[in-house]
Amino acid sequence: MIAFRTLLYKEALRFWKVAFQTVGAPVLTSVMYLMIFSQVLADRVKVYDTVRYTDFLIPGLVMMSVLQNAFSNSSSSLIQSKITGNIVFVLLPPISYREFYGAYVIASIMRGIVVGLGVWIASLPFAQVGVTHPLWALAFALLGGAMLGTLGIIAGIWADKFDQLAAFQNFMIMPLTMLSGVFYSIHSLPPFWQGVSHLNPFFFMIDGFRYGFFGVSDVSPWLSLGVVAVALVVFAIVCLEMLRRGYKLRH
Amino acid sequence: MRSGDDGPAIRVQGAVKQYGSLQALAGVDLEIAQGEFFGLLGPNGAGKTTLISALAGLTRLSAGRIAVMGQDVVDDYREARRMLGVVPQELVFDPFFTVREVLRIQSGYFGVKNNEPWISELLENLDLTSKADANMRTLSGGMKRRVLVAQALVHKPPVIVLDEPTAGVDVELRQTLWKFIQKLNAAGHTIVLTTHYLEEAEALCTRIAMLKAGRVIALDTTANILRHVSSHALKVRIAESITLPDALREKLVRDEAGELSFSFERYDDVETLLATLRAAGAILQDVEITKPDLEQAFIGMMSKA
Ligand SMILES: Nc1ncnc2c1ncn2[C@@H]1O[C@H](COP(=O)(O)OP(=O)(O)O)[C@@H](O)[C@H]1O
Ligand SMILES: [Mg+2]
Repeated sequence: MIAFRTLLYKEALRFWKVAFQTVGAPVLTSVMYLMIFSQVLADRVKVYDTVRYTDFLIPGLVMMSVLQNAFSNSSSSLIQSKITGNIVFVLLPPISYREFYGAYVIASIMRGIVVGLGVWIASLPFAQVGVTHPLWALAFALLGGAMLGTLGIIAGIWADKFDQLAAFQNFMIMPLTMLSGVFYSIHSLPPFWQGVSHLNPFFFMIDGFRYGFFGVSDVSPWLSLGVVAVALVVFAIVCLEMLRRGYKLRH
Repeated sequence: MRSGDDGPAIRVQGAVKQYGSLQALAGVDLEIAQGEFFGLLGPNGAGKTTLISALAGLTRLSAGRIAVMGQDVVDDYREARRMLGVVPQELVFDPFFTVREVLRIQSGYFGVKNNEPWISELLENLDLTSKADANMRTLSGGMKRRVLVAQALVHKPPVIVLDEPTAGVDVELRQTLWKFIQKLNAAGHTIVLTTHYLEEAEALCTRIAMLKAGRVIALDTTANILRHVSSHALKVRIAESITLPDALREKLVRDEAGELSFSFERYDDVETLLATLRAAGAILQDVEITKPDLEQAFIGMMSKA
């Protein structure tokens, strides 16, 4: 238990010490998205009858920040430790693979939530969106953060070089988040692309999270919850198995 | 140092490690007793680091098993790792933290709470007190090395393994380090050391294993290795080359431009050697007696194996 807590503390301290880059920078990016898209699209995009576009956009951006930063935290921590070699400091002690997984995932969720909160606070001058069902919003933030934290561990362990990790991020994580309905409701898409979106677990995370804010969503929040939970379990099993075997960590 | 248990500190049985077609360990058997100061020697690529990695659970063996203080490093990895402190060969560090933070965190990984008194003692003994709150990035190579030693010791492991700890460390620093490690050894900790500096192994280790191409080619007390491989040598310089009588020829170990070295076992033999040389017509210009050293032993064994 002490080992787990210490590893969690170390992972949290790691991003907090460089919060300017790990929290400040992503908050600024999201605020830029918010300013530009809400200015340009507010009068053109119609999503739900009862929700203004700027309001619609904010939960999406918050959740996108949660997801991307959760991924970023575990993946960059692991690849840095692997490349600099200081990964031995966590491989030598009697830390079980479950503790290892738990600590990296929870630290990732923490970073995701901190950045998400930052984005939400920074959005207040633009629009004050209320949270209709806070528990739904929280559940999706936690599960989504956990899933991306898990993917981050998988990617961080798999990648041998920074550019492999960047490829994972640019060709998997970015497209999946961009095509998840952050900037639009998928009902405004042609049927084919609506179908494609339903194969994207990120869509359900964003949609479910948004339900927490407005009480309206593209699909039932229970369906979203189910999809996200199943996806998380699948990735967690893959990740835990990699860690148990010591894949790429213990030759 | 669990009381009532005097099994070996480290037991390696049939350790094989295969990297593709390369056999980094080709069947190593080794037992290191509790309280020993043990040297693991061998040229680059002999498999020393691989053996240590397997011991520490950083690498998994292709075959064979290893136990630390009776705990299997795979099946009982938690107990085994708690017994073990490893100073890695590579000079690694975490650039996010200060020296003290690093040591607190490492203590936590081993489940040790409130470790401040021991951390302070480590810093003191390793001459790091003034750097306690400095970021790891700002330290010199030698200081980073000492932090690595401190990190390996936060949980007071009964078995301490140092993989070339003095590579690239200046002389003064080496002295500090060895004084401390010897103190730990005197307090009952088992020490395993790999080094390139043979005089270090000679001065510190009570027993030595020599590794070559993944095999143990010699395993004995330091004294025995020195005795067996190279006895004392008598070095003479003679004016003109002569034909050596057979009795001398078989004792000749080196012949370099008029400088001849003969091995001998007892000092009484020196008289006979010199007399035989004179009788053969040699004019002696210089005579010197050299003591055996590990370097000779090492070279001798490596060329034979
Ligand atoms: N991860 C690895 N992959 C492939 N070969 C390796 C790996 N680690 C070590 N080796 C090889 O195993 C052999 C033993 O290496 P090592 O244990 O580092 O030797 P030493 O520490 O005695 O210098 C060397 O030939 C080395 O190239
Ligand atoms: Mg080595």
